[in-house]
Amino acid sequence: MTLETTPRAYAELKFFKPLYFILLFTMGLTGFGQMPIFKRYYIADIPGLGWLADFYATHYIHYIGAVVLFGFFVYAAVVYFGLMRKAFQLTWAAYIRIAILALIAVTGIFRVMKNLPDVVFSPLFTMVIDISHLVFMMFLIVFGILFMVFKKRWLVEK
Amino acid sequence: MPKELSRRSFLKGSLAAACATCAAQVPLPASAKSKDGQELATLIDIRKCIGCEACVEACREVNDFKYPEPEKPFPKMYPKRVKVADWSDEEGREVRDRLTPYNWLTIQWATVSVDGEETELSFPRRCMHCQNPPCADLCPWGAARKLENGITVIHPDICFGGKKCQVVCPWDIPQRQTGVGLYLDVLPSLAGNGVMYKCDRCYNRIAEGEMPACIEECPEDVQVIGPRDEIVKEAHRLVEEEGVYIYGETENGGTNTLYVSPVPYETLNLAISKGPGQPHFDQVEDQMAHADNLAKAMVIAPLAGLAAAVGRVYNATKKLGDDTGDAS
Repeated sequence: MTLETTPRAYAELKFFKPLYFILLFTMGLTGFGQMPIFKRYYIADIPGLGWLADFYATHYIHYIGAVVLFGFFVYAAVVYFGLMRKAFQLTWAAYIRIAILALIAVTGIFRVMKNLPDVVFSPLFTMVIDISHLVFMMFLIVFGILFMVFKKRWLVEK
Repeated sequence: MPKELSRRSFLKGSLAAACATCAAQVPLPASAKSKDGQELATLIDIRKCIGCEACVEACREVNDFKYPEPEKPFPKMYPKRVKVADWSDEEGREVRDRLTPYNWLTIQWATVSVDGEETELSFPRRCMHCQNPPCADLCPWGAARKLENGITVIHPDICFGGKKCQVVCPWDIPQRQTGVGLYLDVLPSLAGNGVMYKCDRCYNRIAEGEMPACIEECPEDVQVIGPRDEIVKEAHRLVEEEGVYIYGETENGGTNTLYVSPVPYETLNLAISKGPGQPHFDQVEDQMAHADNLAKAMVIAPLAGLAAAVGRVYNATKKLGDDTGDAS
């Protein structure tokens, strides 16, 4: 039995999807929590969800999520190119997802830089990265739903 | 400020286009730089203040054109827990004993014992202009921003009035006025609630080489302004030579407003009225320290992911080689 003949034996095929979903859900939830909406709309009043109204808590979790996500992205990329590419190929839907994720990550990196004590961006640049980070996340949600509905997966077997 | 153009542009086309259009309307107060590029800080010597409120009046006079002129009646907001914040009537506009959207600087009073003698102290309170301001870091729209000269401003054409900046501010400085701003043109009933206002340390005057009004009009020279290094040095000199106490040097990681007081701030804090629009003198830890630490972890995380993945690929490839060898 070899890896080529049993591509589904890859452990990554089992844990990538739930990990990706959990990470993206957490990032989306805590990201939207940066807007003052969860308290206004009683969501933070639901028992156990009070932390959603704590901007520092959601920010902290968002940052931890970003740490895990960056590690995960690099791991996934290296494993794909080093191991899985022989048996699988990325779909066009995957390339769209990757492009949006990259835009989210890049704007997120700039947001993190902006929050460092000695970094000051221009007001225009600050506003553009703040809003585009949110917009790209909304794109990801829309495309994610569309791809799920039309069953457009990340990988297809060669 | 071209408010109407900015609001309408936001509604047209895609959000990206709106960003660019909004940005084109935004004045670039980043030009308000100190001469040597350093952040500007102010030093407020509490011992000198006589509580005459000349600074308050000067602030109100020169910033009058920035004050909100809300449209009434206010749009009905949902859900019901969203409350109107209105200081725009005649009585509200005249309030001076706290921070409001129409009063960005207030005088606090404290009766304390100085060298065994009961003394009444007064001192101006306003935005501390943090070196790493949570209001600007955490504003979801980029409406609150820190300028290169260390001033933190809130742009009234971009702010939605969600009050997040006040919630994350250790001193609860920004104050909300309903019925004005961008939210009126977007979803006035469902999102936003006006605009947040606070001291912008007369960034427009500084950009033109003038002094902030509160400093210029003070008859007792309570405040001085200069590069932060020099301001901190002067504060330390006063500590060593005159035994005063400093506030603002390390609070929230350091602010661009330093106070020197003849009594410890614990004492002062107990003697002042605190509450909405009346800032405290508590010790404040760096609210954004977690972000600084986790930013470092974000640099390390991809390396950890790379190491794990290389190990995984190496082991799998090795196993493949072994399996292939066994098969042959």
